[in-house]
Amino acid sequence: MRIDAADMHYRELNQQIRDAVAAGEKSFDLVNINGQRYIGDGIRGQIDFTIEGVPGNDLGAFMDGPTVRVKGNAQDAVANTMNDGRIVIEGHAGDVLGYGMRGGLLLVRGRIGYRVGIHMKAYRGTKPVVVAGGTAGDFLGEYMAGGILIVLGLDRRQNEDIVGYWCGTGMHGGAIYVRGEIDPSHVASQSAGVREAGEEDLREIQPYVDEFCHTFSFEIEELMSEPFLRIAPISHRPYGAKYAA
Amino acid sequence: MSSAPTKNDAKKSPEGRGSLSAKTTRAPIYRPADFLWTRDADRCALCKRCVQQCGFDAITWENGPVVDPAKCVGCHRCEAFCPQNAITIEPNPQYFKPHPLWTESHRKNLWIQAETGGVLLTGMGNDLPYPVLWDHLLLDACQVTNPSIDPLREPMELRTFLGRKPDAVEVRQTQYGPKMSTELPPNLELETPIVFAAMSYGSISLNAQKAIAMAATETGTYWNTGEGGLHEDLKPYAHRAIVQCASGRFGVTADYLNAGAAIEIKIGQGAKPGIGGHLPGEKVSPQVSETRMIPVGSDAISPAPQHDIYSIEDLRQLIFALKEASNYEKPVSVKIAAVHNVGAIASGIVRAGADIVYLDGFRGGTGAAPTTIRDHLGIPIEIAIAVVDEQLRQEGIRNQASVIAAGGIRSCADAAKAIALGADAVAIGTGALLALGCTLCQRCYTGRCSWGITTQDPALTRRLDPYLGSLRVANLVRAWSAELEEILGAMGVNAVESLRGSRERLRAVGLDQTTMDILGVKPAGIGA
Repeated sequence: MRIDAADMHYRELNQQIRDAVAAGEKSFDLVNINGQRYIGDGIRGQIDFTIEGVPGNDLGAFMDGPTVRVKGNAQDAVANTMNDGRIVIEGHAGDVLGYGMRGGLLLVRGRIGYRVGIHMKAYRGTKPVVVAGGTAGDFLGEYMAGGILIVLGLDRRQNEDIVGYWCGTGMHGGAIYVRGEIDPSHVASQSAGVREAGEEDLREIQPYVDEFCHTFSFEIEELMSEPFLRIAPISHRPYGAKYAA
Repeated sequence: MSSAPTKNDAKKSPEGRGSLSAKTTRAPIYRPADFLWTRDADRCALCKRCVQQCGFDAITWENGPVVDPAKCVGCHRCEAFCPQNAITIEPNPQYFKPHPLWTESHRKNLWIQAETGGVLLTGMGNDLPYPVLWDHLLLDACQVTNPSIDPLREPMELRTFLGRKPDAVEVRQTQYGPKMSTELPPNLELETPIVFAAMSYGSISLNAQKAIAMAATETGTYWNTGEGGLHEDLKPYAHRAIVQCASGRFGVTADYLNAGAAIEIKIGQGAKPGIGGHLPGEKVSPQVSETRMIPVGSDAISPAPQHDIYSIEDLRQLIFALKEASNYEKPVSVKIAAVHNVGAIASGIVRAGADIVYLDGFRGGTGAAPTTIRDHLGIPIEIAIAVVDEQLRQEGIRNQASVIAAGGIRSCADAAKAIALGADAVAIGTGALLALGCTLCQRCYTGRCSWGITTQDPALTRRLDPYLGSLRVANLVRAWSAELEEILGAMGVNAVESLRGSRERLRAVGLDQTTMDILGVKPAGIGA
């Protein structure tokens, strides 16, 4: 189903989508998308969205299953509390991506903003994964409780940091992988530690990097040839010793 | 204690920069016990029941029960279950020279901190003797010229609708009579203006939550999941649930958002304004793990702010994300702690699109909070209701959201006064737990509740029968509702709607002029 969203308010657009999903529609081509929020919000099941333009905030919030491909940039809060699904952003994406994300995959070809992967968590068979081709802003993986964040650091400007400050603050689960060197002072040392990724670690991320390469036409050997750093919590109880008991 | 230098001392170089976050070493210090536990040896049948009943391992057996006074929390479980009535629990009379500044509780708290270097934790609501404004407010009653209504024979309307009300309603005449053509926004329909406060599975046991859910369903009101997800066993009561979405997003899925009757965004809690929640890993049992959707044994940390909400605009974004996810079929509530600027904040919340504003005063309860936060942050709910109601009225947006007031509602009288001040309904948390047998020992945070309420230990939770518990909780709601009908009748009105925001029917005793102005009430003695 093709929906031309030119001059359409998000509420009308999303109502059309929900009505069509209820009627059994499985595939959507959304064109002339220009900042409409909440696309795919709360949509469940095997449904495909292709988006031309720049979707607004909360793309794929509370989503449970669908796949989304954005042929452009995305704004903030993509994959907010997403339970399952696959979101591909061909451009850059904004802040607060994957907040509380519990499962599924978010692939961003370009840069990602501040506060990405806050309180991501794994549960049973599900493991949320975010792969960003470019760099990430401050507070990456704050309060992270599970899942994997991968930052590849491609297309960097000279002297540009791959991740911003306060990476892994309050982190108590999951792992962040960074391809290339980072300034250790960017990692919140009270909660997270950095080390070079070992063979087993690389095996863990290989399928997701592979997926990134396959999606955006990169050579996996080339991306995996550079060393990765692994940032992980130093404690699963970061605040355990804080209280009198 | 020995003062011999230890290995650790040697490590602390005097030239070092020092760190407040260094791991603390327990340095025991003498502290007198809070309670004196005595057993009448003539009565005691040596049945060991007290040993079995104590959830805190305070009583052991050495040819008879032996108590570790330091561990006794004064919950009275052993006493209640002693078949011989042989146990007495009293305040420990150990005498310290009194000091008006350095009270016994200040001294004891300081000693614990000197011993542990940690933040003091507590449970339930603020226990300091701040003035209780409810006790300075009195309701009006009818005499002679404005006859009262007898609730024994006149119908009394307690039904309450929570949610956005339209600015105006259009009515058109049809051949069948007048019909309203305005489409009404979704509202919760309550048989009585009392809902249950948010208490998550994890903070309380499943049996406790089930008892409250059953009572809410039975009495036509609503219970609140708190930020702990919706357990499979409670799905039959989901249509009577307000499902919460907070900073940890525990158990929040599209299915969950659509299962409840309303969705609540939790920004703050009266017992711990401005700080988050933290369910320690040891309380995340396999069952808790399933509803929170996190691994067994992992800490469930709810960060202090929701890190996607730093502004009213961000709040609006989440409100509408939730409305989109639930097809605009559920009212969305925003819960905040009552703080100094509560009027402007509530106005922002309403303008952000919330259908219900839930105000939690500084006396509100908690399963665990730092004592210093619980006891010293926030403002009284009485003030918050008056300020919010007034501000929303002044701005002409009072109809756009309902106000739920909570945080220390102890009786029907408190509820009636809250409604007269401007609340649409009250929420009760501590009251419901008391109905389940809680004795307010304030040790919820330990997870060892002997009454099976705030624990996940199966040996303790099985002590609470959810069905029997639900009868007591439902009885409480019925009793308060019947009392509310009596109050309304005495005031000469036959619907709770007529009491709502009717501050003219309140009078103050012993309050200063400024407080009365803020509350919008006159002193007793001033007539109409």
